[in-house]
Amino acid sequence: MKNKEAPGMSLIVKSVTRLTAGLILIYGIYIVFRGHIGPGGGFAGGVIIALSLVHLMLAFGKDVVLKRLDEARGIIISSLGALAFLILGIVGFLGFKAPFLKERFEHFSAGLIPIYDVVIGVLVSSGLFITFLALVLLTGKREKK
Amino acid sequence: MEIHLILIFMICAALFAAETKDLISSLIALSVAGLGLCLAFLILKAPNLAITQLVVEIIYVIILIRATIDKDLPLVRDGRWLFNTVSAMLFAIVFLSFAYFALKEIPVFGQPLMRVSNEYVTSGLEKTGSANIVSAITLNFRSFDALAEAAVLFTAIIGVLAITRKTGKIDEK
Repeated sequence: MKNKEAPGMSLIVKSVTRLTAGLILIYGIYIVFRGHIGPGGGFAGGVIIALSLVHLMLAFGKDVVLKRLDEARGIIISSLGALAFLILGIVGFLGFKAPFLKERFEHFSAGLIPIYDVVIGVLVSSGLFITFLALVLLTGKREKK
Repeated sequence: MEIHLILIFMICAALFAAETKDLISSLIALSVAGLGLCLAFLILKAPNLAITQLVVEIIYVIILIRATIDKDLPLVRDGRWLFNTVSAMLFAIVFLSFAYFALKEIPVFGQPLMRVSNEYVTSGLEKTGSANIVSAITLNFRSFDALAEAAVLFTAIIGVLAITRKTGKIDEK
């Protein structure tokens, strides 16, 4: 093995991960966006997106993924997802006597449901990945002691 | 018929997961039980739940294996096996008898269609435009529920991050 000192798993795992991680990411985005047509939805698709990041992280070590999505950036994205859900609900207030979470604009398909799906997908994917990151970093710190 | 086979399989896997000695075998048995649950959802024609169950199960197995891979804790087994066995059998008998009397009374699954759910099922497609009736209910008719669910998830993530944070906000001098 040439790169035995490099973090992560062996060369075979890295080569396979290079092929599959992007496909898993695209599949997660597909599941998020077709939540109003077929089975799927924001939660399942968000978990699949988080799993693709976890897959990269298990194969290549944590530095490769931390360059793209570290803890501070992940918590910002997750908060934006939660906040966007609330703002989409408040949009229903814009017309008077309208209830909370009511749809205010006509869409080509299914109203606000795909937008809710995307928002929940953003929240779940970044949040679960950050949770995984926190647990892994915590165990790594405990091993050092 | 298939659902009973899968239920027996899941009970066997859960018993093995509870009774085996090392943690990795227990985790694998637990994930097998979760896979059986996913198959059961597929047979009961709930693909939404099956997808979510499969995906969530993968991520929790990864997290649990990552957390327990080098902490193989020995289980405490003292000499109280008689009390344990007798109490387990007693509780099994009690729960099974209560389940027998309770499950005889409940109606067939989804059989008397209520007024609200009848409205959801019959006119869900026209009112929301969503072909998937599950997301039509959870994200349009009951979207306040989805908002609370997102809030719960976000709070859980914030809690995990606050507990497992490496460094404090105030830097030490």
